[in-house]
Amino acid sequence: MTQAEIVRQSLKRRYRKERRFRAYGIAAIAIALAALVILFTDIVGKGHTAFIKTTLTMEVTLDGEMMYLDDASDPRQLKNADFVEPLIQALMREIPGATESNRAQVRDLINPYASNQLRDALKDNPDLLGTTQTMTFLSHTNVDVYVKHAGDDAYSIKLNEQQRQWVDHLVESGVVQNSFNDVLFSRGDSRDPSRAGILGAIVGSLLTMIVTLLLSFPIGVAAAIYLEEFAPQNRLTDFIEVNINNLAAVPSIIFGLLGLAVFINLFGMPRSVPVVGGLVLTLMTLPTIIISSRAAIKSVPPSIREAAEGMGASKMQVVLHHVLPLAMPGMLTGSIIGMAQALGETAPLLLIGMVAFIVDVPDGFLDSATVLPVQVFLWAGSPELAFIERASAAIMVLLTFLISMNALAIFMRKRLERRW
Amino acid sequence: MQAANLFLLTLVLVLVAYGLGYARSRSLAMPLGGIRHLKSLPFYYGARAALWCGIPALIVLGLWAAFQGKVIQLLVVGSLPPDMMPQSEGAASLLLSKISNVASGALSPEFAGPEVVEAADLLVTLREQSRWYMTTLVVAVAVLAGFLGWVRIQPRLNARVQVETTLKWIFFACAALAILTTVGIIFSVFFETVRFFGKISFVEFFFGTHWSPQTALRADQVAAEGAFGMIPLFTGTLLISAIAMVVAVPVGLLSAIYLSEYANKKVRGIVKPLLEMLAGIPTVVYGFFAALTVAPFISNFAASLGIDASSQSALAAGGVMGIMIIPFVSSLSDDVINAVPQTLRDGSLALGATQSETMKKVIFPAALPGIMGGILLAVSRAIGETMIVVMAAGLAANLTANPLESVTTVTVQIVTLLTGDQEFDSAKTLAAFALGAMLFLATLILNVFALHIVRKYREQYE
Repeated sequence: MTQAEIVRQSLKRRYRKERRFRAYGIAAIAIALAALVILFTDIVGKGHTAFIKTTLTMEVTLDGEMMYLDDASDPRQLKNADFVEPLIQALMREIPGATESNRAQVRDLINPYASNQLRDALKDNPDLLGTTQTMTFLSHTNVDVYVKHAGDDAYSIKLNEQQRQWVDHLVESGVVQNSFNDVLFSRGDSRDPSRAGILGAIVGSLLTMIVTLLLSFPIGVAAAIYLEEFAPQNRLTDFIEVNINNLAAVPSIIFGLLGLAVFINLFGMPRSVPVVGGLVLTLMTLPTIIISSRAAIKSVPPSIREAAEGMGASKMQVVLHHVLPLAMPGMLTGSIIGMAQALGETAPLLLIGMVAFIVDVPDGFLDSATVLPVQVFLWAGSPELAFIERASAAIMVLLTFLISMNALAIFMRKRLERRW
Repeated sequence: MQAANLFLLTLVLVLVAYGLGYARSRSLAMPLGGIRHLKSLPFYYGARAALWCGIPALIVLGLWAAFQGKVIQLLVVGSLPPDMMPQSEGAASLLLSKISNVASGALSPEFAGPEVVEAADLLVTLREQSRWYMTTLVVAVAVLAGFLGWVRIQPRLNARVQVETTLKWIFFACAALAILTTVGIIFSVFFETVRFFGKISFVEFFFGTHWSPQTALRADQVAAEGAFGMIPLFTGTLLISAIAMVVAVPVGLLSAIYLSEYANKKVRGIVKPLLEMLAGIPTVVYGFFAALTVAPFISNFAASLGIDASSQSALAAGGVMGIMIIPFVSSLSDDVINAVPQTLRDGSLALGATQSETMKKVIFPAALPGIMGGILLAVSRAIGETMIVVMAAGLAANLTANPLESVTTVTVQIVTLLTGDQEFDSAKTLAAFALGAMLFLATLILNVFALHIVRKYREQYE
């Protein structure tokens, strides 16, 4: 056999190997993409129902006698009046066959906070006393779960047979209705899933991000300018560079330890406030911003610098008037990506106490707050599936923010960055 | 005035100083015959005045805002009668939160002792006073320094050089913040670690095989002595990281090879951003996915095969972590593979090797050091990862190599020890810092080593 024949005979096997290798590559990509698809479908599948709320629309008779209330403009009477009874009566009228003996079961269909809504309505307009009004209230979480997930084994329905029949009837008669869950976007956290919202977390995230952006962008850009343009070649500069590269790879939870030890214990700053969260996230994102800003400065061609220097500009004028504006799009892109990372970060914020249960929407940088990813973490740990549903919805909102930020960064990179 | 408002006020003063400096330089230049007789442009005289006004004021403001809380705390505690002096740090923080709750009205004064109410009153007055002093001091410093800067403006003064030098120093300070951060980490973590080793011996921590940090809260309480052996945490971390690597390395590496050697531009343009999307998903989302979807699936699947699997198995956390790390491995390997010179590729293909033979026998060996560096970076990522394991791995420190059992990791323990109620000087909280120190050291060594390999590899082909 000649050499050529040996080679020719082995060709078939070698080509088979080639095809197999290629198939491995395709399989690897398929696995990665499948994971992405499964992740997204899982979250959308778990969470899309959280965007729907279940309400009860009833004719409520605001009978003063029943409520122990004869003057609705008197705050003391309002405080002590019974606002649950009119709701029960209104709902019992809608349910054929419900008698006084069932009242506890009927009451369990109404959201415990619905009476507050009735009180607020009377507080705003005392003249409503004695009239009959058509009003819409949130249903009890158990009704919400039953209406949305009746056939789903994963959810445990906490209504008895009788109550289920009633709810089925009420759905048919249009008393129980589903509509867009505006509660989710207009309230803070709550112990009651049907009243829990992510507005508090969104505002908390926003405040934290403002602090992070205001600190990390100027500091990051200034540091990048120094290292690229002014730093002399010496040990100190090398040491700074080594530090930045290492900080970029330090686990985020270490920054949480730093925040806890320095900002909270040493400086005595309050726990769980956006300022401290922002400071910790600033330290965490700075390396990312510095590294990308340096790349942006590096990409400005030397001809620009030489031309400016030739016109008699000082080094600082060259940098601030010519290099910086040209590098700005690249710096902004890097910063948006850094901010997106900071927005999704959870671990360091757990350590500085942003895991507290906070009902109110924060109204300042020094107000206790939580952030969107931490809210996801808190709800995901709940044994109630209604909270898991809302955690998925919060994830969808978080991912929407992140994807739009990254899309903006890609758009800016394509549109604004100049190729030289 | 609140610190934030004061900051805005200082900025306004800085703008005023700029305007005044600018105007003064112009009016000084007027009799000489125009601004061309000035040493610098009017802008620089304005900027000089602004820097004089702003820098000292902002430094004072920053220091005051940073330390006022602590100083007030010390003053309030110091004012308490001697018999109320807290004995331990834990008692001190409890007392302080009681006082501040009374001060903010969250706790009714009826439920607190008269000493506490007095201390709360003192707290309120001190806070009020501190705000006043801060406002006065910052405004005074800004006005005085601004005036000094303004009055020294002369046509012969080279304001530009001064402004530029100051700016350069500010830029340097920003860059040096990186050193400060590292120093801060080292001090905060290692300081507490030293205190931890004052309570627990080295040998127990590094070689103990039992971890249960629950210590007795009161001296007379019957409770288990806390055990602080980090071996189970260490093996748990390694087990989960190893599972993650088993998923991430082959998938990441093979997809990088396919994308760089086989895929056409169009496929690459679609697949690459999609893979990068995996890297952009927050870890809490992966944790959610691992804890609520993957872990139940694995335990049900194992049950259907008749195998006993924990509902918080290491496999779920590790597998999902592997998915998270895929893009990391893939983009690092992509860089490394692309850095192999084209000549090697061409030479091998010219000799008649197929593409896969070129890949396996020429490019891969050439790129191996770089790929190893990338994998080490990925390992350091995996051991420092927190949210996935906090949500999907367990709390029980089992010493096991079975991926279907529940294990715990270093990061999980740091989070559990430091969230919720804590006593600051107990061995329990200090242990979290000791674990943090180990984590920092381990990732630091891995990173330095990996970056060194990657850099050396790059130089080889440049």
